[in-house]
Amino acid sequence: MRKLYETVIGLEVHVELATKTKIFCGCSTAFGGAPNSHTCPVCTGMPGSLPVLNKQVVEYAMAVGLATNCDITRDCKFDRKNYFYPDNPQNYQISQLYLPICRNGSIEIETESGGTKHIGIHEIHMEEDAGKLIHDEWEDCSYVDFNRSGVPLIEIVSEPDMRSAEEVIAYLDKLRLIVQYLGASDCKLQEGSMRADVNLSVREAGSKTFGTRTEMKNLNSFKAITRAIEHEKNRQIDLLESGEKVIQETRRWDDVKEYSYAMRSKEDAQDYRYFPDPDLVPVHISEEWIQEVKARQPELRTEKLLRYQSEYGLPFYDADILTGTKKLADLFEATAKISSKPKKVSNWIMGETMRLLKESGMEPEEIRFSPENLAKLIELVDNGTVNGSVAKEVFEVVFAEDIDPAVYVEEKGLKTVHDEGALRSTIDRVIKENPKSVEDYQNGKQKAIGFLVGQTMKAMKGKANPGMVNEILKEVLSQL
Amino acid sequence: MANIISDETIAYVGILAKLELSEEEKERARKDMGEMLDYIDQLNELDTSAVEPMSHVFPVNNVFREDVVTNGDGRNDTLANAPFKKDGGFEVPKTVTG
Repeated sequence: MRKLYETVIGLEVHVELATKTKIFCGCSTAFGGAPNSHTCPVCTGMPGSLPVLNKQVVEYAMAVGLATNCDITRDCKFDRKNYFYPDNPQNYQISQLYLPICRNGSIEIETESGGTKHIGIHEIHMEEDAGKLIHDEWEDCSYVDFNRSGVPLIEIVSEPDMRSAEEVIAYLDKLRLIVQYLGASDCKLQEGSMRADVNLSVREAGSKTFGTRTEMKNLNSFKAITRAIEHEKNRQIDLLESGEKVIQETRRWDDVKEYSYAMRSKEDAQDYRYFPDPDLVPVHISEEWIQEVKARQPELRTEKLLRYQSEYGLPFYDADILTGTKKLADLFEATAKISSKPKKVSNWIMGETMRLLKESGMEPEEIRFSPENLAKLIELVDNGTVNGSVAKEVFEVVFAEDIDPAVYVEEKGLKTVHDEGALRSTIDRVIKENPKSVEDYQNGKQKAIGFLVGQTMKAMKGKANPGMVNEILKEVLSQL
Repeated sequence: MANIISDETIAYVGILAKLELSEEEKERARKDMGEMLDYIDQLNELDTSAVEPMSHVFPVNNVFREDVVTNGDGRNDTLANAPFKKDGGFEVPKTVTG
């Protein structure tokens, strides 16, 4: 029988910061430029070039550190991490080893059992990204594009405090929301603006010492992370159960094959020969500067969650979903500000918007319609210009093309008809044409009225007020 | 010379620095490295317990740039001296991680 094992997991999360320029030069960080169009002597490591630190990088790193309860290192500096690889033009990466900007933080996650747990943050440091290698499928060569070289990153290193894939996902989700709310990064796993490396070891339950750990790379989605953790945990337990040892190594996850393989062998052990970068002067962070950044911190999720309930009177369920994505929270607040009917705004976002997102396989970040047009649509329903089902149809067009719903309703002639005379004559016709249903209704089949309402709505091309149709129908039927 | 550098260390440092050294160069490197370590040992004799560690030789800190794009399309200059280039990228021997 197998022994009981405990999984111990720590994460190294790289987040690409949302600056306009690179960390040490004035090159753009925009995506999609032609290869090497966003490069200069600094980010391509030309001899004699001088890096100068982007102040915004320091402020984003401080903001994330403060939001994750870290101590800010008052005197920090940069070090060179030496390695040879074609994506790294300097043959070293500028990073922080000895004095990272943030240390000793923690964030709280909700556990599956409904409790909470603190996950320690060992440190956060600033560093630069590497270039991109494009491998030629036909020729035996690769092409190097240095547009990403020098793009600022922060690496958030957790303590080995997580014990399951669920805790890892809860931690990443929380971290992502914090960073997104701060505006420090969009944190898209698929696009690589957030990347997580998983350090994992197993030990016998109750043991106080750690087992040998491996590091897993190339995890591009929460699903891949979950699968890779399950796989690696089982691989290590199988090794131990068969009397073998876990080798400390870096492994690459292949999500298609659902298998990981060792990237570097033992003989190739890493020795980065870190030393202080002499081209960059130290950074001194004063108490005033910390206070300045603190004062600018936006409202984070926990505070928003409470405020949505107290200020807008939303139920917890709504507030929880809306604040779960920065884009939805922003959309809600902007729309609620215009329409002053927060619960209705919430209903449209949580109902129709979420439905259409799901149907079209889109992320909330890809929402294109404006708060103004959603607010207008809510007003059109509220003042009776259109009925609920017409509004849903109009919303589909708002969602897809961000049209002005008031103009659209006017142009397409979708206004609800309030002309009682027209409605009564239509109802008279429907009653004449459907004697069977009328008879059913009069024989006590209450449901038959539904069919008659439907026929009337159809005859009115959906533009009648269903409540009014129902009322008049009942009245007419009772007088027959 | 108090510090004796082993053959293994010479070979290891050679691998890290991507250098292939001849026997003669290895001997010279062995001597240089030994002398450097001797010098460090000599420095270590000093009592520095009351001296704050120095992080940079210049007494300067907080040199920053604002986050404003100042560079335009640099691809022609960047690729000007590339020995091999194709489709706007540097062409290098195939490198596969794994």
